[in-house]
Amino acid sequence: MNAAAPAPAAAVRVRNVQAGDLGDVAAIDLEITRVPKPEYWAEIYHRYGTGRRQQRFFLVAEAAGRIEGFVIGEVRDWEFGSPRCGWVFAINVRPKARLAGIGSRLLGAICEGFRHLGVIKVRTLLGRDNQLILSFFRSQGMMAAPFIPLEIDLEPQGTDGK
Amino acid sequence: MKLQKNTLFALYSVLESASHPERQLSAGEIARKYGISPHHLAKVLHTLAQARVVESVRGVGGGYRFAGNAKRLTLMDVIELFENVSAPARSAAPRRRRASGEAGVERALATVLAEIDEIAKATFRSISIATMLKLVERRRA
Ligand SMILES: CC(C)(COP(=O)(O)OP(=O)(O)OC[C@H]1O[C@@H](n2cnc3c(N)ncnc32)[C@H](O)[C@@H]1OP(=O)(O)O)[C@@H](O)C(=O)NCCC(=O)NCCS
Repeated sequence: MNAAAPAPAAAVRVRNVQAGDLGDVAAIDLEITRVPKPEYWAEIYHRYGTGRRQQRFFLVAEAAGRIEGFVIGEVRDWEFGSPRCGWVFAINVRPKARLAGIGSRLLGAICEGFRHLGVIKVRTLLGRDNQLILSFFRSQGMMAAPFIPLEIDLEPQGTDGK
Repeated sequence: MKLQKNTLFALYSVLESASHPERQLSAGEIARKYGISPHHLAKVLHTLAQARVVESVRGVGGGYRFAGNAKRLTLMDVIELFENVSAPARSAAPRRRRASGEAGVERALATVLAEIDEIAKATFRSISIATMLKLVERRRA
């Protein structure tokens, strides 16, 4: 175990992502998911990080010159038939920097961004077995949304699936 | 997933004691507040004490005090002390030999009941006592 304690949330600055942060962001994702996906991160940066669209957010938490976490989200209109609301697609904090309030700061910052755009509802979609992230969002006051996610396995193309 | 009375009484007791961690609450006090039998509640508190969720304090003014970690103890941790949560969703039909058509119906129904159960379990696992206490405060406001 690393002896260094995580930076207190107060020493952390939350700001918009910059191109130079992508290496750190991808490294945090790799540490958590164990799947390297550099093209994906370049694409996400292009779509959410360049500030071309006001309603898209890609924020990072920086402490002592290093990126400790990030959050990505967007305001969407009439998605799934619901009025304008903010969606949080991803939130990740470097494992060694957790439990020091960084996740809460990131979520607070993106919610503030949503609020500036007049949004009063924030949603996210989580894996049912990911207790950590579910506990985090619950601790922030989130409750079940009036939706039920559904899925189906499609027959591979060329089979006569009836 | 339907919670038994004992489980609900346990959840009341845990939330009451965790919201006043410095105080010792007697079974009678909690029982009066929720209109339940003190005798019944004493058994529930005994189970909670054995699991070290609460500790019993002896002597004058004795009672029970919260002894868990409110940020990490989940609703599921408490529920599991009183319910067999790993049991598969039960079918409504009595146990007997069935025709294959019937078995198909039962299996399909069991699949839907299991879906509901999984959602309930994930919900109970994701809510800590600390999160519940915040919810109690918001509901009061
Ligand atoms: C969820 C996550 C973002 C939280 O980040 P964090 O910086 O540790 O969060 P905070 O310190 O602000 O914690 C806020 C609250 O969340 C809850 N929480 C956080 N980690 C928890 C854990 N391990 N167990 C239970 N509750 C937890 C607590 O209630 C905590 O409040 P507390 O510190 O008062 O106990 C971080 O753990 C993470 O990145 N996890 C992996 C995320 C993931 O799987 N992402 C992929 C899908 S998007």
